[in-house]
Amino acid sequence: MAPVVPASCLRGPSPWLVALLVLLVSPGHLRLAGAVSTEATKGETPVPALGERLDPEAIARLPQTIFPDGRGLPSGSGTVQQGALLYSRLCVQCHGPDGRGGSAPELAGGRSPLAGDYPDQNIGNWWPYATTLFDFIRRAMPMFAPGSLSDAECYALTAWLLERNGLWPQDMPLDAAGLGALHMPNRDGFDSQWPDRGPAHP
Amino acid sequence: MGRRRFLQAGVGALGLAPLVATGTHAAWTRTPGAPFSNYGQPAASESGVIRWISANADVPGNGVSWTPLQDLVGTLTPAGLHFERHHNGVPRIDPALHTLTLHGRDARATRWTVAKLLRYPLVSRQLFIECGGNSNSGWLQEPPQAAVGWLHGLVSCSEWSGVPLSLLLEEAGVARRHGWLIAEGSDAFGLHMSLPLEKAFDDCFIGLYQNGERLRPENGYPMRLIVPGWEGVLHVKWLTRLEVADVPAMSRNETARYTELLPGGRARQFSFFMEAKSLITRPTLGDALAPGDYVDIAGIAWSGRGRIRRVEVSVDAGRSWQDAELQSPVLPLCFTRFRRPWRWDGRRAVLQSRATDATGYVQPAREALLAARGRWGYFHYNAVVSWAVDEDGFISHVYV
Repeated sequence: MAPVVPASCLRGPSPWLVALLVLLVSPGHLRLAGAVSTEATKGETPVPALGERLDPEAIARLPQTIFPDGRGLPSGSGTVQQGALLYSRLCVQCHGPDGRGGSAPELAGGRSPLAGDYPDQNIGNWWPYATTLFDFIRRAMPMFAPGSLSDAECYALTAWLLERNGLWPQDMPLDAAGLGALHMPNRDGFDSQWPDRGPAHP
Repeated sequence: MGRRRFLQAGVGALGLAPLVATGTHAAWTRTPGAPFSNYGQPAASESGVIRWISANADVPGNGVSWTPLQDLVGTLTPAGLHFERHHNGVPRIDPALHTLTLHGRDARATRWTVAKLLRYPLVSRQLFIECGGNSNSGWLQEPPQAAVGWLHGLVSCSEWSGVPLSLLLEEAGVARRHGWLIAEGSDAFGLHMSLPLEKAFDDCFIGLYQNGERLRPENGYPMRLIVPGWEGVLHVKWLTRLEVADVPAMSRNETARYTELLPGGRARQFSFFMEAKSLITRPTLGDALAPGDYVDIAGIAWSGRGRIRRVEVSVDAGRSWQDAELQSPVLPLCFTRFRRPWRWDGRRAVLQSRATDATGYVQPAREALLAARGRWGYFHYNAVVSWAVDEDGFISHVYV
């Protein structure tokens, strides 16, 4: 049975309800509600400051953004051979044999230039940073079990994909130092539209 | 427009012709009506007004659903019809467990629960959100045949309410306004995007309400980033982490995707603004006109740069243009409705609309857009859209 409003409420607000509303909209209500000691003021105007400060341990547990220079990459390493095995188990059904594409995008193979009629926008031809590859695999792949790969497995898959694109040797394990230092072929192919220079025509 | 969409009319014609029931003699005046409802739903006879879904068969949560622009009038999109773009499904988030953490360069790491954020001063703004990939079928060599919403419906407009991001940045002690803010969502894709700190301080907010009610799950419940006027992917849904940094993260969706390859092989990156665009939403493909019909050519226009200043309509493939009437209020970064009355004379016509925004920028012709941006840009397609009316009164999508 659907809840209905009690008939008493239809007669108009009770004095108690009015008192409660006054309490809630008064400037002091944040303190009354008992939350925190971090309340601040900006001149005469109260400013809410209801966030909880994190202690160093909590900060250390925060996810680390991986930056294009390799900052934030975890320790560990993986090999091309391990990556090939993982790919055949977890990735090939969507990305196709050798990363040539399927229901998911092409990762390797095509070499048609970006300036041509049918450009290949795969990792080797198009992606500007190799760190992006590790980060994306770690956070989102495989899509049926995101976040399930260990750092070592992510390095291995990254190594294999880079090797398929001719950007990493077959016999060298990949780690944070190697990945952060890798210069991708299309690294300088992007023009930032920020800072803004007004509308692009067209 | 004189007629119902012919597909719908066709279905109706298969049934028995209904008796004309008017005023107080209608059957529904002779029996008590339905009781109250806790949450109202559209009329049963409007059940065809839905989002159409295009998703990856291997990953059903990776795809889009389109706002049926051809069925909507006004400037606000019902929450249940707001377009969706998810990369790996809609997470089912327990709001009691969800938090937002702000940390990084200059910031004293701070965390808010949803309940705490709901107590901050909330700002409300009517804002469009448009996917950077909206209208990308315009890059195809042949014009795809579908109603306007199924080609251009990755744009919607809502009243969003939430906590100004500047309040949270100041609370965390972020003083320098130059740099980047990396926003991360709590979904199975962990979508993360970098945006300039200047914008974050300027007008971004943590969206908690949509059209007066809490966000729908598919729109980011319990919170999403609102980045007024900028491309949809930056409005990170299910927002859980904000990191201040000196450089962008160069995430997958700001490098390999949501960048625009140009002729010559270079690409645009961080094309944040959604430039001016307009669409005729009625009539649209699926409508049929009869000679002599009065036709209310109407639609929507918007710009990520500010207000819409002008919308022009052409019925002769752009050889001549007339100003359309703009419906007030004309708000910045919001859908603006336009209309131009017309009588169809039975001869072939090509209907177009063209928006000009407050900066003076004029929505480009398709030919001009392709000349500048080639065939592989994929994102930020905002060219003039053309609809032909043939001699039989049927409407089709054309390139001119």
